[in-house]
Amino acid sequence: MAVCIAVIAKENYPLYIRSTPSENELKFHYMVHTSLDVVDEKISAMGKALVDQRELYLGLLYPTEDYKVYGYVTNSKVKFVMVVDSSNTALRDNEIRSMFRKLHNSYTDVMCNPFYNPGDRIQSRAFDNMVTSMMIQVC
Amino acid sequence: MADEALFLLLHNEMVSGVYKSAEQGEVENGRCITKLENMGFRVGQGLIERFTKDTARFKDELDIMKFICKDFWTTVFKKQIDNLRTNHQGIYVLQDNKFRLLTQLSAGKQYLEHASKIKAGQGITTGNTGGLQESKVDFLGLLVAGSSAGERKVTSSLLTAEEVLMGRWGMWKVAKIIYSFKGSSLN
Repeated sequence: MAVCIAVIAKENYPLYIRSTPSENELKFHYMVHTSLDVVDEKISAMGKALVDQRELYLGLLYPTEDYKVYGYVTNSKVKFVMVVDSSNTALRDNEIRSMFRKLHNSYTDVMCNPFYNPGDRIQSRAFDNMVTSMMIQVC
Repeated sequence: MADEALFLLLHNEMVSGVYKSAEQGEVENGRCITKLENMGFRVGQGLIERFTKDTARFKDELDIMKFICKDFWTTVFKKQIDNLRTNHQGIYVLQDNKFRLLTQLSAGKQYLEHASKIKAGQGITTGNTGGLQESKVDFLGLLVAGSSAGERKVTSSLLTAEEVLMGRWGMWKVAKIIYSFKGSSLN
């Protein structure tokens, strides 16, 4: 369902980024990188009139011809970015929200791991499995 | 009821354990304090990640400070911050009249230096603020004021690590947090 999932740290470098192997990975990395600007715009006070809800979920960041990009920011300024295939049966907003919820829960678990150094790349297998389950294509 | 005592005892043991296992010269140059602070910092980060998972997004610094004073303090210390003051230019003073980790120490000058070690173990609060704020909040230091009940008011203050912190983070402007605790429960 999701084609690419990325976890970006507070300082805007990636902690975890993974895409389905069938496509050119570089393209997805670039898309995630450009979406960071949109995320910053949404969480800055300037856009207050538009995004007044005090929510962590940012919604659709921007659509391209093939893909849609969704964003989510935690209170510790860690960003989750998800790229979804447009041609797929349109995923409802609720499903995207629940996917981000799961991501956030797994990320919290990773943070609480005493052997994990905040700022390192995420190498937890449990996190990997959770992301894999979200990326498996439904035939 | 018992879990309160568990945490307090464990915390005290940790503090004295770090000092006992310190090598020569580490006590003087403050490395023990740094170790304790780093431990607390890491614990604070994990805690904050869990607590803020379900709360609404913080709009500004004041929001973050209110969250710290109410929700976070209640969850960790079972009470709220008694007094929050700010100069609106980035300095916040949190006052806790009955800091749970220090209430068991008897009042008086004898234990004042040890109180500073206990506070170092409270780097938990640094981790908390560090996790929440982008680059703006620095943990400045702790003023421990011990005062004895009744007639004689002995007030002494310990500014721990303030100069070091100022030097290290000096280039970063804005918020610093000063915690002031009344060390004695006989207030």
